Amino acid sequence: MSAAVKDSDLFFDVPGPRGRRRIQIWSVVTSLALAALVVGALVQFAGHGQLEAQKWRPFLTPGYLNFLWIGLKGTLAATGIAMLVAFPLALVLALLRISRNRVVSALATGWIEFFRAIPMLLIVYAFLLFLPRQPIGLDLPLFWKLVVPMIITSSATTAEIFRSGILAVDHGQTEAALSIGFTDAATMRVVILPQAIRLVVPSLINALISLLKDSTLGYVVSYPELTQQGKVITTYTGLMIQTYIVVAVIYVIINMILSRVASYLDVRMHRRAAAAVGPLESDEAAELDTFATSGIGERIT
Amino acid sequence: MNFAIIGQYGGLIVHGILLTIALGVLGFLGAMVVGTLMAVCRISPIPPLRGLGAVYVEIFRNIPLLSLLILMVFGLPDAGLEMSLFWCAVVAIVLSSGAFVCETVRSGVNSVGIGQIEASRAIGMSFGQVLRLVVLPQALSRMIQPLTNIFIGTMLGSSLAAAIGLDELTNVTQQINVLTAEAVLTFLIAGLVYLVLCLLIGAAGGWLDRRLRASVGAGGRR
Repeated sequence: MSAAVKDSDLFFDVPGPRGRRRIQIWSVVTSLALAALVVGALVQFAGHGQLEAQKWRPFLTPGYLNFLWIGLKGTLAATGIAMLVAFPLALVLALLRISRNRVVSALATGWIEFFRAIPMLLIVYAFLLFLPRQPIGLDLPLFWKLVVPMIITSSATTAEIFRSGILAVDHGQTEAALSIGFTDAATMRVVILPQAIRLVVPSLINALISLLKDSTLGYVVSYPELTQQGKVITTYTGLMIQTYIVVAVIYVIINMILSRVASYLDVRMHRRAAAAVGPLESDEAAELDTFATSGIGERIT
Repeated sequence: MNFAIIGQYGGLIVHGILLTIALGVLGFLGAMVVGTLMAVCRISPIPPLRGLGAVYVEIFRNIPLLSLLILMVFGLPDAGLEMSLFWCAVVAIVLSSGAFVCETVRSGVNSVGIGQIEASRAIGMSFGQVLRLVVLPQALSRMIQPLTNIFIGTMLGSSLAAAIGLDELTNVTQQINVLTAEAVLTFLIAGLVYLVLCLLIGAAGGWLDRRLRASVGAGGRR
């Protein structure tokens, strides 16, 4: 999207004097309205004493910062480990799903479709309440009670990202590889996968963002990640708004960095493609766009 | 498995299912409205509105839904803004899904060919007319699939309201599980209900996609 055309160029000509004036007037009006909204919110907060310095200052003291730092480390550890297991597993699931063996394909499809349609919290509760019970007796340490459900959910959604990447590689590539004598496996490994993986890197980063958001369920299993640490801080201090705003800001910063990386890679992919084969036909460009943004890996968590 | 608990707790389960559906549907409809409005803001010629759209997406796409729910449910009452648990959850889900809808609408709008917009402008249509009569109808038909995914994501995301104590399906499942220890059955029921809901949404989305593609036609990109 950002790669193709800038929105601003599409909908209107460079405005003339009257258009410019009208835009200026509207800018002033909407700025005032937005400012009024912000001021209203601040007055509301101040009226209930939520803006007092003493309620915010604790978050600058080393004790609080250290506590949140432990949470951040927990969040990053859970996300990182889950990614390291889930992404390779997802690739395997995607390959199994498109394999010619009917049984294998059906099993992989079943796994993917089932866990794509189940909320992760339900799986977390299963690991928390159901699996530790007697006949099964699978009582994992806290860390894995959070990370294993993350892996299960993410592997299912990420598998679909890999699969769509593999299917998006031109069929001629497979035919060419087979016709010069590559085996099926070699075709996949040497020809298709390298192209497919490069195609899905931006979507994979979106999947990573989803994983990071999934790790907030540490709140439910009491694994010390950011949200859980926030819960502990609020039980001791009662600083609800302040704590969770600080926590939210940390999440937003990390995710913003990640999505910047994703869109940078997205743009670079378009530019590379344009450099290699000349400017894309608008049809192809639109296809690449919809591919990169179809939101296969996006979960609202 | 003790199937008697279905009779015993049937009312609770049905209540949970209805609440989940209500959260998902209200959340998605609200997100459609908010998301489309924000997308229009982002492509409008007025700088403050563009800024508003950009900031909205950056914040609400990147904030985890659970953090948002906690902030709204436990935080806002401290600032004197009291809402019922249900509406708090709906608003949080709307804000969060709305950011995804906004991005989808924007990329859908961008996928409509420049020629279409140039032509509409050439015959003297205003910004609003171009959007309403030419761009959005075409963009919408291309957005059905991603929007279906967002609807499913909203439905599954609504389960997070369980963690803040709203008794929707996931929460009810956990409650019954604690009360009866009939884990296999309760989790099976909840899983099946979510599966059916997702399949229904997916099927409806597929049907709408085929219909719209047939009526709008595959052309019109150039």
